Amino acid sequence: MKALAARRHHRSAPVVLLLLALLVTGGVYAALAPSPAKADTASTADIETGKKLFQANCATCHGPNAEGTTEAPSLVGVGAAAVDFQVSTGRMPMQMNGPQAEAKPPQMDEEQTAALAAYVASLGAGPAIPTDEQVDGSLGDAANGMALFRTNCAMCHNAVGAGGALSEGKFAPSLFETSDRNIYQAMLTGPQSMPVFNDANITPEEKRDIVAFIDEQREGSAGGLSLGSLGPVSEGLWAWVVGLGLIIGAAVWIGAKSS
Amino acid sequence: MSTTTPSSVAEPTTAIGKTADFLDQRTKVGVLAKQLVRKVFPDHWSFMLGEIALFSFVVLILSGFFLTMFFEPSMALTRYENEHPASMHGELMSVAFASTLDMSFEVRGGLLMRQIHHWSALIFMAGIVVHMMRVFFTGAFRKPRELNWLVGVTMLILGLLAGFTGYSLPDDVLSGNGLRITDGVVKSIPIIGSYLSYFIFGGEFPGEHIVPRLFTLHILVVPALLLALIGVHLFLMVLNKHTQYPGGGRTNNNVVGSPAVPAFATKMGGNFFIIFGVLALMGGTMAINNVWNYGPYDPSPVSAGAQPDWYMLFLEGSLRLMPGQTEYVIGGYTLSLNILIPAVVIPGLLFTFLFVYPFIEAKVTGDHREHHLLDRPRNVPVRTGLGVAFLTAFIILALAGSNDLIATHFSLSINTITWVFRFLFFAGPVFAFWITKRICLGLQRKDRELVLHGHETGRIVRFANGEYIEVHRPLDEQERWLRVNYDAHAPLEIEPATDARGVKRKGYKQDRRWQRLSRFFFEDRVEPVTPAELAAAHSHGEHDELESAHTAPELVSGSGNVEREH
Amino acid sequence: MSENQNPQPSRDVTPHGGDGTLAQADRFTDPGVPEHKPRLTDTDPRSAKRNERLIVLIFLISCLGTVGSVVAYFAVRPDGTTEGVRLSTLLLGVAMAVSLLGIGIAAVHWAKTLMSNHEHVEERHPSSSSDEVRAVVANQFKEGGKDAGIARRPMLLGSVGLALALFPLSIAVPLVSSVGGDWNVSKFRHTMWKKGTRLAYDPSGRLIRAADLTVGSVAHVIPDVPAEERETHHWITEKAKAVVLLVRLDPRDLKRDHREGASYDGIVAYSKICTHVGCPVALYEQQTHHLLCPCHQSTFDIADGAKVVFGPAKRPLPQLPITVDDEGYLVAEDDFNEPIGPSYWERLK
Repeated sequence: MKALAARRHHRSAPVVLLLLALLVTGGVYAALAPSPAKADTASTADIETGKKLFQANCATCHGPNAEGTTEAPSLVGVGAAAVDFQVSTGRMPMQMNGPQAEAKPPQMDEEQTAALAAYVASLGAGPAIPTDEQVDGSLGDAANGMALFRTNCAMCHNAVGAGGALSEGKFAPSLFETSDRNIYQAMLTGPQSMPVFNDANITPEEKRDIVAFIDEQREGSAGGLSLGSLGPVSEGLWAWVVGLGLIIGAAVWIGAKSS
Repeated sequence: MSTTTPSSVAEPTTAIGKTADFLDQRTKVGVLAKQLVRKVFPDHWSFMLGEIALFSFVVLILSGFFLTMFFEPSMALTRYENEHPASMHGELMSVAFASTLDMSFEVRGGLLMRQIHHWSALIFMAGIVVHMMRVFFTGAFRKPRELNWLVGVTMLILGLLAGFTGYSLPDDVLSGNGLRITDGVVKSIPIIGSYLSYFIFGGEFPGEHIVPRLFTLHILVVPALLLALIGVHLFLMVLNKHTQYPGGGRTNNNVVGSPAVPAFATKMGGNFFIIFGVLALMGGTMAINNVWNYGPYDPSPVSAGAQPDWYMLFLEGSLRLMPGQTEYVIGGYTLSLNILIPAVVIPGLLFTFLFVYPFIEAKVTGDHREHHLLDRPRNVPVRTGLGVAFLTAFIILALAGSNDLIATHFSLSINTITWVFRFLFFAGPVFAFWITKRICLGLQRKDRELVLHGHETGRIVRFANGEYIEVHRPLDEQERWLRVNYDAHAPLEIEPATDARGVKRKGYKQDRRWQRLSRFFFEDRVEPVTPAELAAAHSHGEHDELESAHTAPELVSGSGNVEREH
Repeated sequence: MSENQNPQPSRDVTPHGGDGTLAQADRFTDPGVPEHKPRLTDTDPRSAKRNERLIVLIFLISCLGTVGSVVAYFAVRPDGTTEGVRLSTLLLGVAMAVSLLGIGIAAVHWAKTLMSNHEHVEERHPSSSSDEVRAVVANQFKEGGKDAGIARRPMLLGSVGLALALFPLSIAVPLVSSVGGDWNVSKFRHTMWKKGTRLAYDPSGRLIRAADLTVGSVAHVIPDVPAEERETHHWITEKAKAVVLLVRLDPRDLKRDHREGASYDGIVAYSKICTHVGCPVALYEQQTHHLLCPCHQSTFDIADGAKVVFGPAKRPLPQLPITVDDEGYLVAEDDFNEPIGPSYWERLK
């Protein structure tokens, strides 16, 4: 009993309580996390290899001939670019149901991806995989890219591509880690929630300008640490935690009696 | 009294002495200096929270002066010809935006100053908030300081205004959308909304007048008002003398601390440099409001994470939480309660609470005395509870204003978060109030317990009759005084409804209402221990060391019975 | 527990040695200011010397910081690039911080270790002035009032009040009436869209053919105006009302238009300005056809007449009626049939 009483006053008691509180928060969080929705696409160089790969990995959801099921859309006419985007970013094949297919380490190597893409492209005409020159940001105009990005992309992906929230647990991913080719393909094919920006809407040159703008953002911020480039909320949080933390720490030191 | 005529003392010889003599012969400044130099200020870290606000304001003025040298508050359109940043080269933009880019990329140290200025603004507001929390929770707003509290709340509002007007000056997409939201809120005001919008923008949004107008407000009107009020605030603080925490020798009639010169003033000056230094460090290392990321204002784009600075987040959150169904059309006129309630009524309520609270508390306490000794927050459980409830509401609204970032960072659904916050906005403050009040009462009981029975020492002693007890060490005088030196106010007593002749008394109903409120405040209370209670506790508390000494003959201290746990 | 309900309890305990009130029987007595404990620097001269040297050292570090910031200013000439500006900002900021923190820390340490820390006690006096002073002042005002004859000459008081109340109008009337421009708030009702205005991509200004839009695509649209007009202030204000979001849906997914017959072959055009407080609503989710506002999360269902499905907006987004002209370009058939953007009092009048 006394031991208990003593422990109650132990200096680590607040820490234990804090951990408990975190645990409870975690539980509540798990209960609140959004429930799954549905997914998307899949596909190769040598069309036959691609077809086999497709039937082994994709047909369950997209149907044996990629005609689509209630689970997943038809892939006829989505083109090689869509397949390359989805498979090379690891979004397809999908493993887990969630609000949206998330990027993960790719399940297929480059050859397999190319085979799948070729197979799907053979099913109906669709956008082809862009060439290296088309996606080379160094050839683009970052200023025009920014103007386009601001109007067409920033509302979902944030002003510099840090990502943002959509409804019902969906989100627009950060573009900092996305390859130039994948950025280009995403505009071209409109994966998942993202709308399509075809070549009439944003021309191939304009798409490259956008890639150039995002490349420029990878240099970081001229002002120092970018704090996630998330805007005023993260700035406010840092002001409270770091700025006010240091200043109040100093105040405590000034106010303390010296020994 | 202390007027020194040149003849009465020896001629000053040093430079300082001569200057002082020169000044004093013309201004009698010696009287003032005599008062100030040895003025006693109590020492406590929490008394320096207001300095955070004061000194970041000084930094704001210094860095702001730098910025005005390079900023051009014009909305005339221009093409940006500089090479850097590459994403802005050749863009059409306002001169305001172009000059912001120019001072960031071409003026050496310009970006540093911009960032210091913006970080200082965030810290200025945070400093005001933490200082107000200290004042509120310790009851420093009580008579005679209610006036200074009002001055302080007014400065909080002016601070919001200063931040808002400054934030919109660069004319970027983010702040432009903030202005547009402001325009939407203004338009929702019944009858005069449209005209008020024209009043602000000089025509339709965005027009070409808003930046120069905000500039004048930001660098002249608001800072001038703030400076004047800071003067009043500090003058009243010196006039009333600083409050002090309770403790031995600290009474309602004195101030215990160090004199202004030298120790206190040195620490205060040092604190200014420390705060400035931290702000410089932040400005040099952490990017803030890099407007070229948002681009020059254009009414079409918007970016994810479109939020105002932290001190405005509560408004953003309250707008986000309000369901849209509450817009009504009455007789052909549109009443947008879905905007008015979150953007006008809720902030109105929050600020009204801040403005009237000192007077409400004085009324329900029925206390007209001056208070210079601070309360320990636990000793006024309902006030502390209300303060925590207020902060809870504020924080929930601010979190709701960040719900999109919460959604992406914790993989939650934005819709679910919104619903949870809608519920929490009502339940959170009530729960926070209840639990805070319980904690305060618990701490007070614990204090009583400590005073009556002393510290547990962990020493177990066995009596002759076989009983085991733990020896308690009584509190020393200082410890005890801290815990017993407070008032537990009782609810107001009011005069009966009818007088002796059975005639109904005027104003009884109102008195009753105040009494009910007073009960809410003071029904549950823990009285401080009285000497009589302590004596009584000692007389049957055989386990107190004090007592056990008296009863030593009965006590057999068997070997091994005494153990230490710590 | 409530034996002490004395409305005047003894918070005002007299300090030791004071005369005045006796400590009441039901209150403890104030033990007085705790005994002053000398610091190490008070008792040990060597420690004091050590601290003195430390303080001097910190002040000198501050000097180095200042010198460093000047050196950084001249040595690091940013070329305007991101890295250059970042380096310059970093060096100047850190050097400045060293300079300032050095002064601050040294000063505080000096005050804490070497300046006297004896507690001083200063008496307080009541905040109010004494009764005599009050009486004198009240009397002076009374005399003054009598002298001015306020009570005897009520007209005088009334007229001075009137004059003072009126004079600000000479500033306020010109100010207020000029500050709102032409005050013609009916401009809210119209945008520059009219029958036959072609739709163009924002920001390039290229025209849009219906055939160019694939299902699932979205285009941010402005009215087609000459390029030079797009470089004026007038344009920015008009654009603020005229921006439109163009979406092509599978015609089978399109449940209804908000405005009868306003769509063309699954292509719908809605005002991009939120009916809540006017943010550009632009987060279009292709699969659910939901349009989300990033500012306050109002969500509109584009497939169902842009009705509100979540959030703080009440009304659907106004729809721009569109069709195709002879050359296959999308054109507006009319202006919006209601004011776009946030609600205001006389919106429906």
